[in-house]
Formats: sequence, C-alpha cells, structure tokens
Amino acid sequence: MSVRVQLEDFDVAAELRALRLASAEIGAVVSFVGQVRDINDGDDVQTLTLEHYPEMTTRALEKITQEAQSRWDIHDSLIIHRVGTLKPQDQIVLVAVTSQHRGEAFKACEFMMDYLKTQAPFWKKEATSQGERWVDAKLSDDEAQARWESE
Amino acid sequence: MNIKVLYFARIKESVNYSTEDLVLPTGVTTVTALKNHLAERGGTWATLFDGQQMVRAAINHELVENMAPISEGDEVAFFPPVTGG
Repeated sequence: MSVRVQLEDFDVAAELRALRLASAEIGAVVSFVGQVRDINDGDDVQTLTLEHYPEMTTRALEKITQEAQSRWDIHDSLIIHRVGTLKPQDQIVLVAVTSQHRGEAFKACEFMMDYLKTQAPFWKKEATSQGERWVDAKLSDDEAQARWESE
Repeated sequence: MNIKVLYFARIKESVNYSTEDLVLPTGVTTVTALKNHLAERGGTWATLFDGQQMVRAAINHELVENMAPISEGDEVAFFPPVTGG
C-alpha cells in the first residue's frame, strides 16, 4: 500500500505492471487516471497549479488507503498525486488497486478517488484567458463521497 | 495557550501570509472560538471567518469539525474545501 505526492509525471504502464506482477494470486488490476482538461466552467485552461499541505497530504492519503483496505479484500493499492504547475492533458492522479477478483478492486478504486476528492488537502488554481482563479469545490464530489457513508 | 496557525490556497492569499504563532486568550478552546477570535481582527479576517464562507479546519494534520477542541502546542490549519484529484 503506497502513496506518493510528487512534481514529476508518472508512467502508468510501469506502475500497473509492478502492481500486477507482485503476486500470482492477483486476478484484477483496476486503475483511474485523472488528466488536466483544457476547458473548465466555459473558459480555456492554460495551466493548472496544485497546492497542498505537505505534512497532512500523505497522512490523508494513507488514511484513505487504510479505509479501503478495511472495507474490501484487496491485495495492494497505489495513489500517486502530482503537485505544482500542470498543462492540459498532463496526468494529475493515479489510483490503482489489485485484488483476486474484479468486484473488490473496482469498488475500492472508486471509493479511494471519491474520498481523495473531498478529504485530501489539495487545491487547484487555474490560469485561463480570463486570468487566474481558484477552482471551487463541487457539490457532486461531496455527494459521491456521501454514497459510501451508508454502505 | 500557544498554537501555530497555517493558511492555505485562497485563504492564504486573502490574509497575505501562510503561518503565524498565536497566543490564545482564555476561553478560545475550539475551532469555532478560534474562527470568531480571528474574525475580530476585522476586514478580510471578518469576511473569511464570520461563518458566511466555507472554511475547513485541520488540527495536527487531521480534518476536524468546528466543535473540535484546541490544545497547547497544536498546529491548526484553515483552508477552503479541497479540490484535488
């Protein structure tokens, strides 16, 4: 179970290969990759800068990982989240989960993304042709996280 | 009581600095009380901490609610709702 916060890009294929080959009991690898969009709220996005709270970020991501581990029978998981200034089509985040069967990995991966969106201390600021602005949190992200509370 | 306060993202830009050491008056022992204490500075502080804006808090790197108690030596952080991922 590992979490990484980094400025550098990551190689999804290499990361998934390492997770997959860790054990022959793994039958499923599920992953989510987030990438920077070139349009947000109707304006073109030139760059996206991610700020975070370093002392808290790793701890928050580890807590999300542990929660997923306690809910589902998963073999391993990985979260990589980038910080710093990114451009459209840059990768922002990778969440990957391995398990014996697909159901556990699908659920755990979605759960980890939904919690990351609402619990991990990252903030996005975008530079558009209209100037710089902080991205507002979305109600739909809170709702996505709330679904898991009742399960 | 001595604490350290950190500000992030939009809030950091509004107040124009990222961290400060505070000596809290007696009675300021929860996140809500600290927000009210900061709002008393007026101006931008009042706008940010008068309860109209959504300000999340963490104590010693854990997300907390407004009723959470603050203790000597704590690191308290204030920030807008998170937008990672």
